[in-house]
Amino acid sequence: MQIVLFHLMPYADLDLAAGRKNGTVWVTLPNRNFDPERGHRLYNRYLDELEYGEELGWDVLAVNEHHQTAYGLMPSPIVTASALARRTKRVKIAILGSALPLRTHPLMVAEEHAMIDVISGGRLITGFVRGIGAEYHTFGVNPTFSHDRFHEAHDLIVRAWTEPGPFAFHGHHYNFQYVNLWPRPYQKPHPPIWIPSQGSKETIDWASHPDRRYTYLQTFSPVKVVQRYLKSYRDTCAGYGYQCQDRQLGWAVPVYVGDTDASARAEAKEHFEAFRNVFVKMPLEMLLPPGYTSRESLKNVMKAKAQMFGDVTIDQALELGLFVCGSAETVTKAFESYWREMRFGNLLVMCQFGTLPAELTRANMERFARGVMPRLKALN
Amino acid sequence: MPFTDNFLEVDGCKLHVRRGGSGRPLVFLPGASGEPAVLPFMEKLATRFDVLVPDNPGYGQSDEPAWLENIHDVAYFYLDAFAQLKLENVVLIGASMGGWMAMEIAVRNTSRLHSLMLVSPAGIRAPGAEPADLFLLPPEDTVRRLFHDQSLAEKRLAMPMSPEAIDLALKNRHTTARLAWEPRLHDPMLPKWLPRIDVPVSIVWGAQDRILPVGIAHELKRLLPRAELNVIEACGHRPQEEKAEQFCELVFRFACK
Repeated sequence: MQIVLFHLMPYADLDLAAGRKNGTVWVTLPNRNFDPERGHRLYNRYLDELEYGEELGWDVLAVNEHHQTAYGLMPSPIVTASALARRTKRVKIAILGSALPLRTHPLMVAEEHAMIDVISGGRLITGFVRGIGAEYHTFGVNPTFSHDRFHEAHDLIVRAWTEPGPFAFHGHHYNFQYVNLWPRPYQKPHPPIWIPSQGSKETIDWASHPDRRYTYLQTFSPVKVVQRYLKSYRDTCAGYGYQCQDRQLGWAVPVYVGDTDASARAEAKEHFEAFRNVFVKMPLEMLLPPGYTSRESLKNVMKAKAQMFGDVTIDQALELGLFVCGSAETVTKAFESYWREMRFGNLLVMCQFGTLPAELTRANMERFARGVMPRLKALN
Repeated sequence: MPFTDNFLEVDGCKLHVRRGGSGRPLVFLPGASGEPAVLPFMEKLATRFDVLVPDNPGYGQSDEPAWLENIHDVAYFYLDAFAQLKLENVVLIGASMGGWMAMEIAVRNTSRLHSLMLVSPAGIRAPGAEPADLFLLPPEDTVRRLFHDQSLAEKRLAMPMSPEAIDLALKNRHTTARLAWEPRLHDPMLPKWLPRIDVPVSIVWGAQDRILPVGIAHELKRLLPRAELNVIEACGHRPQEEKAEQFCELVFRFACK
């Protein structure tokens, strides 16, 4: 199994009371709550943590894109991935992902990803996402065109990477007279493409299609939901007439490894609960703007509203498998058992979450790398 | 005055139109939440007009055609619909989103129009008069903001939502997003062409509108200097419902000329 160190780079110094009072840290939390000097220290701390991940033996370092929120301070994952490309030597770098529909000029995504791939000597893993619902509020992009723009931008980028230029691209949302990428990507035919998702049939049908076979990542979901969607991906591959490879599946989950189960839980509790109950939280109208999902899915979310939008304690999260936490032995056994059941070829662990401070993050990473990772890497 | 439900097909789109009364044709284009029921103002207008209240394309019981991508599509659609219905000398009234549609229709072609009444219309923006964020407000807050008299809001909120009503609300919301998400609730090009409107225009606005603040009314009056402006006191975003008598009197005085 390939082990990925995933970082959200939250504004961990957030005044949690301000976040709670505003009801969400997305879109509307006034940016006077962001202190640039604290931000300076956090960015450098987080980049150090990712670089330390290479030293500790992770296979991949992963960053992602979020806008105008304390949840994650990477409006451009290109910036953080570029910094990592120069400071690391062996590890792969994953951008999970670039939010295509938010771009008015998706050729820029093709260019930026190609640059990082060339600079790093072919160590880039590309990810494409639509951006979460809140980002249609912050970026003003019409969510009812989200799917169309995603597919059109994706087609443009893959063609720009693979077809000899110059050529003209004429779409419904994007039109370019000259597509002629300098640089072309280092990897042939192009960097691997991963698709992070909260789970939707449409995304699974599209990502697993024989023309694409993109790696599907289920992010931050109760383990039952992870099981359902990874199985659905495998079934869809079978429906297309081919067998799903384990490397086509991944699961992203926050993890905390302590010396004992009890100390792990005690150390992680307030930081995980800040993550789940302050950083993640947003109202339904922000999460699912019109057209972002089908109206049927929207209605299902409305029905489950109390459960989805209420607070979750660490114990409930452990019960649900939203969070994996314990001694190295407990965490290893949990992942071995999940792996035997789901056979995901990629495990994305988030070792920093919410307000988790530097010392605990490093200790968590070290315990995971020494006590958990070797046995998980051996799973095959 | 009974209203009948009519369905016609225009540009491949099924259009639902409530129609009642007789006289000069009066087309009332509803706003973002539609007009799902026959209201007293419609009954009253029907005593003197042939009143047509369509569900705008993408709303209510009308279709959601694939071609519906922006407000300009709606304008061309209605010009085709008026021609197909052979409507002449139409009193065109548009409220909120419907008012924006009415302006987009009128800048293109007024040959079938008698006059134009804009009831707290979307469509233009005014410095310092920011609309409420319909897409971020909890739905209950939106309802409260529709009215000045909060007992009307409470009455509406107390009505149980059937599954069908929830489906319709989601459908209406989707189309409003499609037409008005960005630029938000306006067309930056529209003011350029508003002087093309060569029929009488009346602007009606609730003084306490908390969806589209009355500041926009004054900007619209600046852009349409020959228009009459009627600001209704103690009234929110829906004069046709909250001040139905006064609203109908304004229509009669303006459109029976």
